[in-house]
Amino acid sequence: MTTTALRTAAARASDLTKVYGAGDTRVTALDHVSVEFYRGEFTAIMGPSGSGKSTLMHCMAGLDAVSSGSATIGDVELNGLKDKALTKLRRDQIGFVFQAFNLLPTLTALENITLPMDIAGRKADRAWLDRVIATVGLADRLSHRPSQLSGGQQQRVACARALASRPEIIFADEPTGNLDSRSGAEILSFLRSSVRELGQTIVMVTHDPVAASYADRVVFLADGRIVDELQSPTADGVLDRMRRFDAKGRTS
Amino acid sequence: MFKTALRNVLSHKGRLLMTMLAVVLGTAFVAGTLVFSDSVSTALKNSLSHNYDKVSVRVENTAAGNDRRAEDNNSGAKPLTDATLRQIQALPGTASAVGTVGGFAGISDPNGNLIGGRGDTQGSNWSPGADGTDSRYPMAQGAGPTSSTQVAIDQRTAQKNGFKVGDSVRIAANGPVMQLTVSGLFTSDDPKLSSGGSLVLFDTATAQKLYTAPGQYGWIDALAKPGTSQVALEQQVGQVVPHSGNVTLHTGAQLTADAKQQVEDGSSSMKTALLFFAGIALFVGIFLISNTFTMLIAQRTRELALMRALGASRKQVRRSVLFEALVVGFTASVVGLGAGIGIGAGLKAWAGSGGNIPSGGLTVTPSTALITIAVGTVVTALAALFPALRASRVPPVAAMSSNDQPVSQKSLIVRNTIGFVLTGLGVAVVLMGVSQGGSSGRMPVALGAMLVMLGVFVLTPLLSRPIIAATGPLFRRLFGVSGTLAKQNAIRNPRRTAATASALTIGVTLITALTVIGTSITHAITQQVTSNMKADYAVSMQMGFPVSPSLVSDLRTAKGVTASSVIDSQYVKLGDETLSVSGVDANSFDQLIAPDLTSGTTDALKQGQLLIDADQAKSRHLQVGSSVPVSYPNGTQGSLTVGGVYPKSDLLGPAMLSEQALAGHTTAPFNQVVLIRSDGGATSANEQALRDATGLNPLVKVQSQQQMVDQFSSIISMMLTILYALLGMAVLIAILGVVNTLAMSVFERKRELGMLRAVGLDKRGVKRMVRLESVVIAVFGAGMGVAIGSFLAWAANGLLKSDLAGLSTVLPWGRLALFIALGATVGLLAALWPARRAARLDILGAIKTD
Repeated sequence: MTTTALRTAAARASDLTKVYGAGDTRVTALDHVSVEFYRGEFTAIMGPSGSGKSTLMHCMAGLDAVSSGSATIGDVELNGLKDKALTKLRRDQIGFVFQAFNLLPTLTALENITLPMDIAGRKADRAWLDRVIATVGLADRLSHRPSQLSGGQQQRVACARALASRPEIIFADEPTGNLDSRSGAEILSFLRSSVRELGQTIVMVTHDPVAASYADRVVFLADGRIVDELQSPTADGVLDRMRRFDAKGRTS
Repeated sequence: MFKTALRNVLSHKGRLLMTMLAVVLGTAFVAGTLVFSDSVSTALKNSLSHNYDKVSVRVENTAAGNDRRAEDNNSGAKPLTDATLRQIQALPGTASAVGTVGGFAGISDPNGNLIGGRGDTQGSNWSPGADGTDSRYPMAQGAGPTSSTQVAIDQRTAQKNGFKVGDSVRIAANGPVMQLTVSGLFTSDDPKLSSGGSLVLFDTATAQKLYTAPGQYGWIDALAKPGTSQVALEQQVGQVVPHSGNVTLHTGAQLTADAKQQVEDGSSSMKTALLFFAGIALFVGIFLISNTFTMLIAQRTRELALMRALGASRKQVRRSVLFEALVVGFTASVVGLGAGIGIGAGLKAWAGSGGNIPSGGLTVTPSTALITIAVGTVVTALAALFPALRASRVPPVAAMSSNDQPVSQKSLIVRNTIGFVLTGLGVAVVLMGVSQGGSSGRMPVALGAMLVMLGVFVLTPLLSRPIIAATGPLFRRLFGVSGTLAKQNAIRNPRRTAATASALTIGVTLITALTVIGTSITHAITQQVTSNMKADYAVSMQMGFPVSPSLVSDLRTAKGVTASSVIDSQYVKLGDETLSVSGVDANSFDQLIAPDLTSGTTDALKQGQLLIDADQAKSRHLQVGSSVPVSYPNGTQGSLTVGGVYPKSDLLGPAMLSEQALAGHTTAPFNQVVLIRSDGGATSANEQALRDATGLNPLVKVQSQQQMVDQFSSIISMMLTILYALLGMAVLIAILGVVNTLAMSVFERKRELGMLRAVGLDKRGVKRMVRLESVVIAVFGAGMGVAIGSFLAWAANGLLKSDLAGLSTVLPWGRLALFIALGATVGLLAALWPARRAARLDILGAIKTD
């Protein structure tokens, strides 16, 4: 691929292994995974349930400790960082979008969006913030509380929150899992446009082939290993690839 | 359903821990009180039962000895004389009869200080029979006193203070101090000794001189011959004793019963007082329990809805919650009972170590156990009643909703309306009571105070929002995002915040009210002492004894004394009503006492005119120049002209007349105080000169103005300390409530906390957030308590004004600020554990969707 030389990694896993439990209950969730997430790209991680896709994301985002190998965000090696440093890294370098929105019910939409910067004690970049808010189309709902917003609107607030601090990378965990298909499509196009237009790096975990088709690249995980990847995927292509897992699961 | 209820209790052990603890503390207080007071009263009664073994009939002159008061100068009291004693001894039913005199005897320790408390050192007469011994007081060493220079001391007091036979001791009854030689040490089962007091014995003639008059007795105890009943002897004795209101007859059985009744009354009033505070602690517990169940039910909404969906009726759901409460309440009460018995035992051991309580076992009556367990169980069930009703209203469809918690909060409109009505009514009733004043205002004020408290509790959710929100900008500036979040969390569930804060409010309200009342009273007394007195010293006697005339003249001639006056309290009939008139020295009056007369002049005293206080003047329609008919203590009549009116003062009494004008109209002086002005003011040399003049009499109190104020304020502050300690339990339970609310909130907000951690709030930030929320709630609760308490104290002061002249509400700002600061500290402490838990939360576990 001609573009590979130009692509730089925003996050990188090398030989990443994650083991839960010990003895009989020992489960290898990630088995020597090496993968790079490129800057300015929208990467989807796909795989059947139990494939380790969420674990990979949690380890890359500094939410979970790795058993061996390394995970880096930018130039920072996560393995060995103390809680304080990890917290600071998450605050400054990483954005999150969760399946369950996870907004603070006591704060308004705007306050939720600026929360990471408030935590850091930084002033939000007003122009950037306006742009983000305009992109998610929430300008008229900023003073609403989460309970006054629809699910799609709440998730857009969550996306805006992730974008507002211009993190190195955004991790989205099944962002459309709790949404109807129309709201889901909105969120996905919004995520894609934030990559294309704002140059954001996004890694999304999903099990929905349609959602994956919005990404620039899909990485397939099965039994804790990277088994395949697709560039510029289509929903059908992803679905085909997933079907092969099922087939393999049935034959083996 | 009961099985699920039981399972619920077991599975929520951790979350019910604080509730249990609150009930345990409350019931332990109840049980401890009951066990302690029952044990003490049983021990005292047991020790009493043999006191009157040698008394079949007691004849007592109630106007003799310690009970003599200023009023007794007027009555036609008849004495019990040697003749009476001989007549009783000669009665056919009498085996033996002993005449006794007794009263207070101040013993000076080698340093000149009074031994023991003020009321528990007694003197009596050694009354040997034909064999030279007194069976009541067997001598352990030496012999009984046989002359006016000898004294016998009880063995324990002697050992404690190092007195030996042959030593010289200083003793004062009511008069000049006596230097006596210890003739012997005795033991006795006299109740005064078994309850930790001291006893000294004089020879009968000396004792009579000290306490009654030569040849007179305070009481005569007669022992019946075998075959003669106590009642029969009482009848015989009744024939020979003088018939007068001051002479009473009691059989030994009556005396025992009376003494037991006295113990019973004493212990039951102590019991009531302590149970009052236990009740407050339990009441505070109700808030905590109710809050816990409300939160548990909110967390279990889905589970309850599932039960409903599976066919459980509302009644069943309600019952299962109540059953849970009963299990919790019962278990905790049983533990509380155990703890209470321990507390009772500890208290008794502690109180007994001072020697004031006769030893004896612990009394745990079945009713103590029953009451404790019933109270704890019922209180818990009552507190869970509303949560149970709410639980039964969970619709089955809630089982299907994906929301963790019901978002819809019932509107507070009804609640607020009730709150406003209650508070308004309460304030109105309090104001009405205050305007009535005095004792007739007491009921309205008490009722109104309760209404105000209730109303404010109902209103707390409404108040919490604006008040806490007002702190927002400050919190944001000081603590950044943690502050903002803490503020938001504190107001997101107003009912919960209100219930948590209210629990603290109760304790702080009472503490504040007592403190403000105490401060105001101290202030008023200080004002009285310092504004009416020019005298440097007030000399008085312990026990409220009058200062004897010989002591007065000793003081007059003491070194440095430039002016002096007695305040001789005489009961004079003024018009148709008897009034205490203070006899003062007209010549030195202006140098010693300076009342701000509202009309007239102090010179009027010199002309034999009457000064009267404003209240009396008003109620008797008197003014300067009015003339009143008077009848004096010795029966003489006359008329007096009012020469001046002064503001009411407890120090000066309701009316004043010069000693010169009173002279010849009284039977005996009753000098309450001697006021003294010394050259150079209140200096230690002048004080020493006065003490020396009294022969270092241990009974004489020489107090400067400052010492009088100090003595009073130390009494008030000691009372406050005791009350603070008693209210401590209520505050402790309120603190548990804060811990409980926070811990449960942290549990409920797990996901939020996880998210906050994920987006970069560090552990410190999380801790700080929880702590600040706690501080906000606690300060809010304490602040309301200070506000309500101050209001109630103001109302109470309005009532007390009629008893204490010049009482006005003084707010001790420093103290009040301290209460708020303590509230904040309480908040910080209560948050320690919940904050740690919040910070240690596993991020991944927290943000995972179910």
